[in-house]
Amino acid sequence: MQAEVRFDHVTCMFGSVIAVDDVTFDIAEGEFFTLLGPSGSGKTTCLRMVAGFQYPTSGHVYIHGKDDTRLPPFERDVNTVFQDYALFPHMSVADNVAYGLMVRGVGKKARRKQAEEMLELVRLGGYGHRRPIELSGGQRQRVALARALINRPRVLLLDEPLGALDQKLREEMQVELKELQREVGITFVFVTHDQTEALSMSDRLAVFNKGRVEQIGTPQEVYDRPLTRFVASFVGASNIVEGPLAERLFGNSQPVSIRPEKIVLSRDGEGIAATIREVNFIGAATRYRIAVDGVEEAALLVTSPNVLTGDNAFAVGTPVRLAWAKGTTQALK
Amino acid sequence: MTGPSVSSPETLPTPSGDAAAGIGRRISRWFYGRPGIFLLLLLLPPLLWLGIVYVGSLFALLLNSFFAIDPFTGMVKYELTLATWKQLFTLANFDIIMRTVTMAACVTVGAAIIGFPLAHYMARYAGPRIKGLLYLAVMLPLWSSYLVRLYAWKLILAKEGIISWIAAHTGLSWLLDALLALPVIGGPSLSVSYIGMFLVFLYIWLPFMILPIEAALERVPRTVTDASADLGARPGMTFRKVILPLAFPGVVAGSIFTFSLTLGDYIIPGVVGSSRLFIGQAVYLHQGTAGNLPLAAAFSTVPIVIMAAYLMIAKRLGAFNAL
Repeated sequence: MQAEVRFDHVTCMFGSVIAVDDVTFDIAEGEFFTLLGPSGSGKTTCLRMVAGFQYPTSGHVYIHGKDDTRLPPFERDVNTVFQDYALFPHMSVADNVAYGLMVRGVGKKARRKQAEEMLELVRLGGYGHRRPIELSGGQRQRVALARALINRPRVLLLDEPLGALDQKLREEMQVELKELQREVGITFVFVTHDQTEALSMSDRLAVFNKGRVEQIGTPQEVYDRPLTRFVASFVGASNIVEGPLAERLFGNSQPVSIRPEKIVLSRDGEGIAATIREVNFIGAATRYRIAVDGVEEAALLVTSPNVLTGDNAFAVGTPVRLAWAKGTTQALK
Repeated sequence: MTGPSVSSPETLPTPSGDAAAGIGRRISRWFYGRPGIFLLLLLLPPLLWLGIVYVGSLFALLLNSFFAIDPFTGMVKYELTLATWKQLFTLANFDIIMRTVTMAACVTVGAAIIGFPLAHYMARYAGPRIKGLLYLAVMLPLWSSYLVRLYAWKLILAKEGIISWIAAHTGLSWLLDALLALPVIGGPSLSVSYIGMFLVFLYIWLPFMILPIEAALERVPRTVTDASADLGARPGMTFRKVILPLAFPGVVAGSIFTFSLTLGDYIIPGVVGSSRLFIGQAVYLHQGTAGNLPLAAAFSTVPIVIMAAYLMIAKRLGAFNAL
């Protein structure tokens, strides 16, 4: 199958700083694809290379099979939702949304009609005559979406679009965005540094670190089978077990990742003897820091859900047993 | 009772602090609870200055224009009359007004055309070093005396000046001669033509156009122009539909400076150009030499009226929508 967006050995340098380092991957048509990574990891530069705001130093960017590496943004069949929304402050909401049509020479009447339809789609029907400054952050976000979608681009790029919203609105918009993507059937390329956002929204995600792609896969693959130390610790929390502790738990010193919630604690029974060092109540769960008996210098993080109410947690100093299901651990490179 | 008492008022400091050293603190506390009074105190001097000294004298001036001078005694007669205003709209005086307004309009348009690209470059492309240098280059002329610059230009534009010299040495004398042969705006040499006066005005007021445009462009986020390109607009379209409208308040602010400064100036038309009068010169002559204060007052209301009309039109055009 032909890829909608293809990065082919793309490198991008700013002076002597390598922002994107020999990156190759494909994004399939109709996919919700996330570029996840900390700030400065190269994810936004990659997005800008798809949009055409940045040309790679070397390598090729293909959009729908065509080499668009050095095509200016106004000739690409790609639209962007900017982090700061970048609405035109001197235009009404309707004119903002219709801008892409105006540029293409669509008549005023058709423009107005399509803009209103687009605003309906993002649940802002009747807001067309307002100015961007009169809208809330969430509403501006939707105007930016409507404006970017009106040209029916092949690919929609979203540059941390939810970053400026508060937690509750953010979660609502995550659901809405996902629904919108299903509705319009356009390929979404989504940039974020928020791993929960990436896991909950994406069909597939690419984890960026220092200009390189560390891993690409479905959210489950990336979470359950992290290939590198960075992915294990950036996507969700993880215990990276190595050295003497790995020797004690797994019989060899190769680093292994095990998620805190996969470890089951019991007062007695099967498992590795350990002692509670620290107890931390976090609402839905309790987080423990646990030292395995005999390997005191390394600690393991364990979260166990608070199934019962009341004070059922283990106290500091309690001897416990640790166990985990087969296949919940992952050897790291 | 003998021995020191722990509860004696001399040994225990009161929580509100030492009265003598705490005056500043007490004043601060007093004002902190009464922000209105503090604001009033701060605003009183400028309000007095603007309200009474400035606006008040402006009204006194306006009032003067409704008196007239007695043709026999040459003294101002303090009776309300429209005679002075009638006099203002005689052909000769109307000529002065039209001449000045035309010059001010040309200078404003010229300054906007020359200033915009530089301001655009400074705001959107120049690195911090170059931007600093350009700021310096724009402002540096303002640090030296207006008169020195004016007489320097007189020499530059003179028949024996550097422009004629360059024209002669590059074989472009015919071009200069053709320019000077133009009716009305030409003349015997650049220094006694309207072209020359235009150049001097343009030079003197250009910084007042560049700086506000630069400030307006500085406030246009990069992503907004990116968004325009992203939606398919070529650079020319982005400029017309996004950059220019957003910079327009800056252009209007700059044009208010260049337009009103040209309208009111009475030194440049006296040094460069023909002997025909401009509004500023007319005001100067009528209130000084001729002693006709009412007519001078009537003349000086002209720029005020023109500026008011200008601002109203600018507002109609949506110049301040993006503010």
